[in-house]
Amino acid sequence: MSAVILGKKKGTTQIFDEDGNRVPVTVIEAGPCVVTQKMTPAKHKYSAVQVGFEKIPARKVNQPGMGLFKSLDLAPMRYLREIRMSPEEAEAHKVGDEITVSVFTAGEKIDVMATSKGCGFQGVVKRYHQKGNTATRGTHEVRRHPGSIGMCQFPGRIFKGTRLPGQMGNKRVTTQNLRLVKIDEERNLLLVRGAVPGGINSLVVVRTAIKTH
Amino acid sequence: MRRLQHIEKDYTKESAERVRIGDTVRVHLRIREGEKERVQVFQGVIIRRRGGGVGETFTVRKYSYGVGVERIFPVHSPRVENIEVVRSGRVRRAKLYYLRKLRGKAARLKEV
Repeated sequence: MSAVILGKKKGTTQIFDEDGNRVPVTVIEAGPCVVTQKMTPAKHKYSAVQVGFEKIPARKVNQPGMGLFKSLDLAPMRYLREIRMSPEEAEAHKVGDEITVSVFTAGEKIDVMATSKGCGFQGVVKRYHQKGNTATRGTHEVRRHPGSIGMCQFPGRIFKGTRLPGQMGNKRVTTQNLRLVKIDEERNLLLVRGAVPGGINSLVVVRTAIKTH
Repeated sequence: MRRLQHIEKDYTKESAERVRIGDTVRVHLRIREGEKERVQVFQGVIIRRRGGGVGETFTVRKYSYGVGVERIFPVHSPRVENIEVVRSGRVRRAKLYYLRKLRGKAARLKEV
């Protein structure tokens, strides 16, 4: 089954496994969430499950937003996110269902989606780890430039996808096949091996890995 | 307050406070060889403590068959079974890197 939950990245630390090996982990405070809506192929032309996370006071929600929560008789929530899944997978989720970290099992592979840290408009050295130019020997004003970006009169244009300066980060990033090391049901925590996109306290979507081998 | 302290607490040892710079210690380390487990002892001077929380480590330096050997242990590792303080040296620095250049009599530390 395809499990899904919303959470907040809380930071990174390390823990010890049974053998005493150090394991780097990211702590995610996830759920409890509620399934708020289901998008069906019949009605919406696609299939997804909408999940709500983090209760907030009613005054923070606008009236159209309140409509959904009122119709479901739920407390208003800060985040609503749709997660695409096939109709068969979506069947396991019912509107109003509560989702807690216990939908996952320790050791399972998961995907984590979040908005990466924004780095602003960056050059090619920082953005794509290009080497830049030599620092000395007559280099003039091209120390961190991209170098050659194309050919001659033929083809006479820059190919699409050429690595050039631009916005770096602040983009949705999915990290696939992370191992879920530990689950703390009492404190609603997921401990994930390795790094997860985004800054501290940013929203992350955790789901069962879709590309397991 | 340190972030995630509540999680790290599950993995930290309270006895770890005793480790001090300049101490000569015997570190009892659990080693697994296939199925069997045995305890190995590493004796030397603590020349460094770094990091905080569960990630904290200390470095023990010893002289073995004419070669200086340094080993880094995580303070809170479950593999470190026991840290026995043999001698406490009086030191005036937090990091005793200067010991690396010294050997024999010069590399001794005055006892507290």
